[in-house]
Amino acid sequence: MRTVRFLLEKEFKQIFRNKSILAMILVMPFMQLIIMPLAANYEVKNINLSVVDNDHSEYSHQMVNKVIASGYFRLVQTAQTFNQAMPKIESDQADLILEIPANFERNLIKEGNQKVFVAVNAINGVKAGLGASYLSSILRDYNEQVLMQWVQGSKIPITPNISITYSNWFNPSLNYRFFMVPGILAILVTMVAGFLSALNIVKEKEVGTIEQINVTPIKKYHFILGKLIPFWVLGNVVFTIGLLVSYFIYGIVPVGQLWVMYAFLFAYLPAILGFGLLVSTFCETQQQAMFIMFFFMMVFILLGGLFTSIESMPNWAQVVSRFNPVSYLIRVMRMVVLKGSGISDILPQIGVMAIFAIVLNTLAMFNYKKTS
Amino acid sequence: MKETVIQTDKLTKKFGDFIATNAITFSVSKGEIFGFLGANGAGKTTAMRMLCGLSIPSSGTASIAGFDVYTQTEEIKKNIGYMSQRFSLYEDLSILENIRFFGGIYGLSKQQLKEKSEMLIHQLGLESEAKKLVSSLPLGWRQKLSFSVAVMHEPKIVFLDEPTGGVDPLTRRQFWDLIYAAADKGVTIFVTTHYMDEAEYCDRISIMVDGKIEAMDTPSKLKEQFAAPSMDDVFYQLARGAKRKE
Repeated sequence: MRTVRFLLEKEFKQIFRNKSILAMILVMPFMQLIIMPLAANYEVKNINLSVVDNDHSEYSHQMVNKVIASGYFRLVQTAQTFNQAMPKIESDQADLILEIPANFERNLIKEGNQKVFVAVNAINGVKAGLGASYLSSILRDYNEQVLMQWVQGSKIPITPNISITYSNWFNPSLNYRFFMVPGILAILVTMVAGFLSALNIVKEKEVGTIEQINVTPIKKYHFILGKLIPFWVLGNVVFTIGLLVSYFIYGIVPVGQLWVMYAFLFAYLPAILGFGLLVSTFCETQQQAMFIMFFFMMVFILLGGLFTSIESMPNWAQVVSRFNPVSYLIRVMRMVVLKGSGISDILPQIGVMAIFAIVLNTLAMFNYKKTS
Repeated sequence: MKETVIQTDKLTKKFGDFIATNAITFSVSKGEIFGFLGANGAGKTTAMRMLCGLSIPSSGTASIAGFDVYTQTEEIKKNIGYMSQRFSLYEDLSILENIRFFGGIYGLSKQQLKEKSEMLIHQLGLESEAKKLVSSLPLGWRQKLSFSVAVMHEPKIVFLDEPTGGVDPLTRRQFWDLIYAAADKGVTIFVTTHYMDEAEYCDRISIMVDGKIEAMDTPSKLKEQFAAPSMDDVFYQLARGAKRKE
């Protein structure tokens, strides 16, 4: 164990002398947590709308006004004909075209039935999809208004109507930051730990110092522990900074207990670090290690449940995500921060991470060869 | 007859079809300074890596300080020091910190570490630089420091792979003083070099050509054998026959 102490002493000295690593550890969480949640945002606003009103009636004006008043849409054009509006979509200046046919008002009143046409620019899928559904719900709303006007006096509504009242559990105001910030913090911790560990042994290979280590009687598990522990400490530091940032900037106070999160991290970090070290033992240059880690990080993050929910992924992807440590961290973070889950709720996840950690570090140890 | 510390028999290393080191057989006795010469790519480093337990041979046998190079590599590592071609101390640690780190992983006690550090620093005359980062040292001093670190744990054998490459003549001389001092204490020195004046300093030398040992004897006997006025000529005569290109 004395050997490990000397290794730790050396690693920490090297880390504290490396300004760029320090910056990565201390500044990155700050910047990412401050910028990302403010910019990356699920809400769709500023949908550019072009209106082709062939009716010019009181009703059609009322309807358009209602759409604009919702705040989600920006009227970029009032076109005479649909063909006039189309170039706006083609040049990406408009996202939606709402076409109101001639005789809109007359048909609506006389026949009690009228269709409007909505053309969607589906280049930006999310914006288009959400925009179209916003628009249709506003139109439905308007439709009900019209109905109400007609049935004034009459006590029985013409059509039965189910209206829904929502109650959002665990995030009452549906503040997406409560949802995003813990997820982003999870990714940050993972990136810092993963990249630091992946690049470390490779760097010693590149510089040539690994030769000098390999020719000493040092035990392999001592060497791996000597790499694991410093980055484990750093991971916890990054995580703590992140929690502080989310408290002071976003006012996020975890509903659950803090130590529960650290307890999970205790098992999670060795899993990620073990993966990084394993990559490190396979690679000869930092460039290789960087690319391999980048590839896996992309998969981990995109399939991690931060941007899209795992439950709505196809079955095979859900199976893959069981082998994705990031998905566990994101889930546990949300459970503890939003829902207040206790240690007994996340024991299964801790168990899985412990298995990951043991398997990955053992592989890294065996794949680190002192003698080729 | 002195105790034999390195003994090899037809030691061979192949990388695919390429035979880097071809059935080399030799022995080195305790306290000897053994020069290992050969052109670039002759297979010296490969041979040395096998002897240090860094690389498992393809065939043949070898024992280092009584330990087998196939099965007892970790035992070998306890008994040897090694200084590779590339500078391999930590440049972002100071001189003292490097000494402390390598001394520490060789298992020196706290007391030993303190004594050794002071002695090494004094021996190298680096008192005022002891706390500076190694990256700020000139090459010659780095090499002397590497050597001192390699023998700090009092190994039986120390392997030096081109320790004086790129070093000025005066520093080379000082470097050899360190080598002699270590050999006097009974440390066996196994050294590769391209400098023929250094070859003359060795007790015995072997010259490798294309992975094989073509000549092995004391410098004076080799000059006699090849009827050459200097070691330079001996080397030229042998190396010119090489078929391997760099």
